[in-house]
Amino acid sequence: MSSIAQKKGFGATIWDFMTTVDHKKIAILYLMSGGFFFLVGGIEAMLIRIQLVKAGNDFLSAGTFNEVITMHGTTMIFLASMPILLAFMNAVMPLQIGARDVAFPFLNSLGFWLFFFGGIFLNLSWFMGGAPDAGWTNYASLALASEGHGIDFYTLGLTISGFGTLIAGINFLVTIINMRAPGMTYMRMPLFTWTTFVASALILLAFPPLTVGLFFMVFDRLFGASFFAVEMGGNTIIWEHLFWIFGHPEVYILILPAFGIFSEIFAIFSRKRLFGYTALVFATILIGFYGFMVWAHHMFTVGLGPTANAVFALATMIIAVPTGIKIFNWLLTIWGGNISFSVPMIYAVAFIPTFVAGGVTGVMQAIAPLDYQLHDSYFIVAHFHYVIVGGVVLAILAGTHLYWPKMFGTMLSEKLGKWTFWFFFLGFHLTFFIQHFLGLMGMPRRVYTFGADQGWDLFNAISSSGAILMATGVIILLVNVVMTIVKNERIGNDPWGDGRTLEWAIPSPPPFYNFAQTPLVRGLDTYWIEKMDGNKKGMIFAEPLGDIHMPNGSIIPFVISLGMFIASFGALYFMDGKPWALAVLIGGLTLMFASMLVRSLKDDLGFHITKAELLEDAKGGNTDGH
Amino acid sequence: MMKGIKKWRLFALMSTLLVFLAGCGREEISTLIPAGRVAQDQFNLLILSSVIMTFVIVVVLIIFILAIVKFRRSKVGEDMIPEQVEGSAKLEFIWTAIPIVLLLILAVPTVYSTFDLADVSTMDVEAKDGNSSHLTVNVTGKLYWWEFEYPEQGIVTAQELVVPTNERVYFNLISADIKHSFWIPSIGGKLDVNPENVNTFYLEFDQESSELEDGVFYGKCAELCGPSHALMDFKVKSVDREEFDQWVTAMQSEEPAAVEGALAQQGEELFGQDGLSCISCHATSGVGQGNLMAGPNLATFGDRNRVAGYLEHNEENLKNWISNPQEYKPGNLMPDVATLNNGEKLSDQELDALAAYLMGLSVEE
Repeated sequence: MSSIAQKKGFGATIWDFMTTVDHKKIAILYLMSGGFFFLVGGIEAMLIRIQLVKAGNDFLSAGTFNEVITMHGTTMIFLASMPILLAFMNAVMPLQIGARDVAFPFLNSLGFWLFFFGGIFLNLSWFMGGAPDAGWTNYASLALASEGHGIDFYTLGLTISGFGTLIAGINFLVTIINMRAPGMTYMRMPLFTWTTFVASALILLAFPPLTVGLFFMVFDRLFGASFFAVEMGGNTIIWEHLFWIFGHPEVYILILPAFGIFSEIFAIFSRKRLFGYTALVFATILIGFYGFMVWAHHMFTVGLGPTANAVFALATMIIAVPTGIKIFNWLLTIWGGNISFSVPMIYAVAFIPTFVAGGVTGVMQAIAPLDYQLHDSYFIVAHFHYVIVGGVVLAILAGTHLYWPKMFGTMLSEKLGKWTFWFFFLGFHLTFFIQHFLGLMGMPRRVYTFGADQGWDLFNAISSSGAILMATGVIILLVNVVMTIVKNERIGNDPWGDGRTLEWAIPSPPPFYNFAQTPLVRGLDTYWIEKMDGNKKGMIFAEPLGDIHMPNGSIIPFVISLGMFIASFGALYFMDGKPWALAVLIGGLTLMFASMLVRSLKDDLGFHITKAELLEDAKGGNTDGH
Repeated sequence: MMKGIKKWRLFALMSTLLVFLAGCGREEISTLIPAGRVAQDQFNLLILSSVIMTFVIVVVLIIFILAIVKFRRSKVGEDMIPEQVEGSAKLEFIWTAIPIVLLLILAVPTVYSTFDLADVSTMDVEAKDGNSSHLTVNVTGKLYWWEFEYPEQGIVTAQELVVPTNERVYFNLISADIKHSFWIPSIGGKLDVNPENVNTFYLEFDQESSELEDGVFYGKCAELCGPSHALMDFKVKSVDREEFDQWVTAMQSEEPAAVEGALAQQGEELFGQDGLSCISCHATSGVGQGNLMAGPNLATFGDRNRVAGYLEHNEENLKNWISNPQEYKPGNLMPDVATLNNGEKLSDQELDALAAYLMGLSVEE
């Protein structure tokens, strides 16, 4: 029960992952499913660029194109970027604070399975009568008018996966507040932990408005309510507010962990302490705080009036200040350092000019009167791809290379990694830089075709050719992953050689109990401090070696999520008057509540790893420093 | 000698300008070639912010390039352990203060312009003769076309907005169904067309559209509104005030011009109540109120620049459109013509007749 890395059959491995409550395995689940949805969203992106490669193309029909853009946006935001970032948070954050797991391992598993089933549910719409087609923003008047069940897949799917994300956010908050190792004060927490902390707080506050909006939408569409039905006295702009009160913080939920990953990379690969750590922390908090004050800048053209527009314009501009603070602190971190251009660092270095470009166009759009021209044009498409691909996706790719060794115990190939980088990076700029000008030249976004007489042909063709380079980069990454898994060359605790934080002080991958003895933290970059002091063990300990209490795995989170998944089909088809729908709805909910009941009534006290077993592990070199 | 240099300079300037303009898109639709006061204000903001932002990018790039060139491992040595600097309060202050100053420079024109462009207080001011001193157009967005009502003049048109140059034109926007957004890029920024409330703003047209290569400015729907969102185009004719008044007078004449030619007369019959009843949705007189008819007003059809808002204006396209509107604008609300013709498709001859009739509908001499 206690020893690690036993040889297991395939079925047993699957069962292990379905029942696991170990944050490191849940991280792998998040990475795999997030990666899968990233590929799905990427294929959708390619379809978009193929359709727009020339004027009047008929590769996709108008309706299909709207489905593809909706699913591309929804998939990339909710099912790819967020889960992959949650994967890194799960894999790394508990290690960084010296914890044995997250605060609620069972909930961690439940959060994952809810996200997973929500994502599957959403994507099944392709095979069950058509995907949602009202854009990822799902504006109410269009969404209510949309025929078929696409929008219902969107609302129900996002409700389920939103529960999962909310649970994950709460779990991380509690973990960071309660489970830091002795000496790990708030102002000694690594930046990635800090950004996880702030992003989790944003999740906690931002997802409820989305859930409320989705509930209204579900009630309007499935049960004939009239929250957004104008002819019944409803108001569609309420949806826009609810969506963007969630939607703007969502952007920071994505970008803050990305900032965290880059902060770690700059410090490690410059072999230097983060410059202005305190400023970086407070800038993170400020960005999170302002994130809730600016949602109406997505609505400058709605007609809220000049006072609202002016106030939100100024509030939005302010965000540039803490973001600028971050950029300059990173620059000063590498200044005077000893820079190694390993793959994660190349991404981090490339991120700076890319993200600055995305940031300045953000400030331009904060100028409300100018935004009347830029809004809903290709300029905004270019802008948000510069921040989300240039910020979040570069961070995801960097993080994949950086944390792969810690998660799997093997190194991704540096050579192939560099090929991926160059294809992806050049392709990215080729695709999106020119879209700024398409927008300025009058091209609206979300158009399935365009006329040849409007001067947009050449730039669209260039943009599409860039997308091919990006796709090539991703394919090379896949090859890299497969080759790395096949080669299976094991590596040690600190494969980058310059690790600074606790996760690099223990084996890769860490034993399932993480730290045999809880570490004692003596300052910021605690592993670096110990290394510089010549401490061969990499850490000092806050407790003697003793028994460790661990939770048991459980299939219940999977079953609860499955119950919700099944119930959603019932709700969806209930409106069609299908006789079996009610039975499915009740059956699914019964399964869900029954498994909750089992969880509540059955005591599961977990198990202990004895000191003897830990010593046994240590002989194999599997734990920290013994 | 000096003169030569000056000429050369001028030439260089003009040619770079030309290259630059070629990269600016088409004058009918590009925000980079403003043809109205509102678009000009917004273009000026674009230039101001671009200059400031370029400055920011250059500063960052200089530090960035110096850092990655000077401090690479191959240069500073494999084993070098850098000094672990904590930070600098002075530097933090500098890079907090300078951005704030830059933002303040941007904030002033932003706030001024936000209020200026939303100022419609003069809309209802009456001139001495008791009429409104400014033109007001009521715009209704529909799936997937635009209706333009001139309430003071008592006329309605669709798909092609006609406006006078060099004066403010006020717009009241509302949607009859899904949310749309009203955008004429070279004249000014967009405003949403909501189903639940009227949005009001103004634009100014400083250039006559006849000077343009295509003779019209291009207008767009900028908010996803369904499958044919991309095709929900409209066109704008800007003419001087005199010509505009003539156009209004022509539109206001209750008597439609006599239909000439046997083919067109057959088309008129087909179009009317005794034929296919097209007229129950499409008025052929410009006199009327907005938002009454289910389909676009066709009084000016013969004068238009496009069929269905985006197809080249010829009889071929018109006939294709009438026989199969769903193919050209998926999801639009025009019924299949067979359902109006006892389940039968129109014959080629009937289509010719309809096309001849419609192309003859004109208010411009």
